[in-house]
Amino acid sequence: MTALRTVFALTGREILKFVRDRSRLLGVLIQPLAFWLLLGLGFQGTFQMPEGPAAGLGYVEFLFPGVIALVILFTAIFSTISIVEERTSGFLQAVLVAPTPRTALVFGNALGGTLLATGQAVLFLVALPAINVSTSVLGVLTIIAICLLTGLAFTALGFTIAWRMETTRGFHAVMNLFLLPLWFLSGAMFPAEGAAPVLRWLVWANPVSYAVSGIRSGMYGLADAPATLASPAVCLGVSTAFAALMLAAAVWTVKQPFYET
Amino acid sequence: MSQPAVDIQGVTHRYDDHRALDDVTLQVAEGDLCGFLGPNGSGKTTLFRILATLMPPSEGSATVFAHNTVREPAAVRSRLGSVFQAYALDENLSVRENLRFQGALYGLSGAALRERIDELLDRFDVLDRAEDSVQTLSGGLQRRVDLARGLLHQPDLLLLDEPTTGLDPMARRTFWDAIGRLRQVEGTTLLVATHLMEEAARCDQVAILAEGGLVANGPPDHLTAELGEETLWLDSHDPASLRDRVQAQFGVEARVIGPSVQIDHPDAPSLVASLYEALGDQIERATVRRPTLEDVFMVHAGVSPEPEAETVFERESS
Repeated sequence: MTALRTVFALTGREILKFVRDRSRLLGVLIQPLAFWLLLGLGFQGTFQMPEGPAAGLGYVEFLFPGVIALVILFTAIFSTISIVEERTSGFLQAVLVAPTPRTALVFGNALGGTLLATGQAVLFLVALPAINVSTSVLGVLTIIAICLLTGLAFTALGFTIAWRMETTRGFHAVMNLFLLPLWFLSGAMFPAEGAAPVLRWLVWANPVSYAVSGIRSGMYGLADAPATLASPAVCLGVSTAFAALMLAAAVWTVKQPFYET
Repeated sequence: MSQPAVDIQGVTHRYDDHRALDDVTLQVAEGDLCGFLGPNGSGKTTLFRILATLMPPSEGSATVFAHNTVREPAAVRSRLGSVFQAYALDENLSVRENLRFQGALYGLSGAALRERIDELLDRFDVLDRAEDSVQTLSGGLQRRVDLARGLLHQPDLLLLDEPTTGLDPMARRTFWDAIGRLRQVEGTTLLVATHLMEEAARCDQVAILAEGGLVANGPPDHLTAELGEETLWLDSHDPASLRDRVQAQFGVEARVIGPSVQIDHPDAPSLVASLYEALGDQIERATVRRPTLEDVFMVHAGVSPEPEAETVFERESS
């Protein structure tokens, strides 16, 4: 009971903080749009899909699922960076000396960040008609599911890294080390088929690729999506496994003594 | 003695090679206010971390109301409250939202939680600021809100780590008034880490830590009485040589405590006159007074208490 209350309290706090921070609100709306349009329109003329069923796909359209994935990654960074700050303030200690399970701290933090990220992604879906892509209810539900799972995975990963970090600078450095390559190699910027063999293997091994592929499937209402890596079911499965693994890592981390001994 | 509120048995703690705590054994009776006095790096913070279940001791054990901090952390946590040097408040939230969040951590909700929040805010005179964002509050008010936060679940034991750091003397007094009221109303056992003598003097029991060891422990008046009653104190820039000369020329017992030489003599006034005549150039000031906790501290810890404070949150540099 206390655990659930803690999860809800932490989630609520995360959302409340977000809503109160106007600059963050604005950034959330503008940033993915800017990213999408700048990269998308910039490469639109020079990008060409490799031969195959997806040939002729425009880059603005191709990049769309990747931008949603990027939104999830960035929001995960933002929502876990507070862990580093709250280590040095007393806030985190107050949670740790309370008789609430530490697992609740992981889930509360992850859920807050995940809901924010997913809300943002859903908001971004409004742009789909502008590029003449029509999805279905099932497609949108698939995207939401993928966003929730990937959000959980990355907030949990961020939590695991933040737990041992001394400074926000260090946290940024490490997160960028993890997140940017994962995004570059997710089939978000370029399709796996056209990449060098080594990169192709990396794309296949990257769990984020399945998130991007799942979103891509959902974007076209699960039917005949171009440049996907696997079926939506496989994508959901991989995303679930990734989320479970990352959450397990975060739970393990949080059970270690708070101070090094 | 009935079951002590806090029982620390042979606690040693090492960070790598550095010994932060060295075989500390100590009990605190229920309802008492116990002060931990010590300079930076004396082990106060480490001891509080162990009691707060934030880390296990390398050796020895500690119990809080008979619950072992390592084996039964959940039982310890439910009876323990803590107020750290850094505020455990979220600056983006209002006072009430912060306290409601704290309540959720302890499974409190509904009308009971609302009443408790109002009661505590009223007691610490911050009820009129309940809806304000924490970052708009002064340091003293934030401190009192943080105290209310630590007390929300009616802990039986409250750990206070340098609770008045950064407060002006007025806010400091208000804070201690609040602590006094708390003891009256709720009978909470209090452990306070401090480097301030006047705060330590308020305690029922003072434990002096120096380099990880417990060097003195007892009621403050007992500790000062061990150094004698009214004695003569000579301040000097070179107390050791003054002591030697006093002993050689006057044949009286003298000892160095910090920058002073303490002389226990039945007829201090006439002694002062002869001392000034013989050794006036070495005596900066002579006073007849009772020993203070600061003297006790200097006798046992060998150093003067430092003005800077350590915190539970900053990593101890070893």
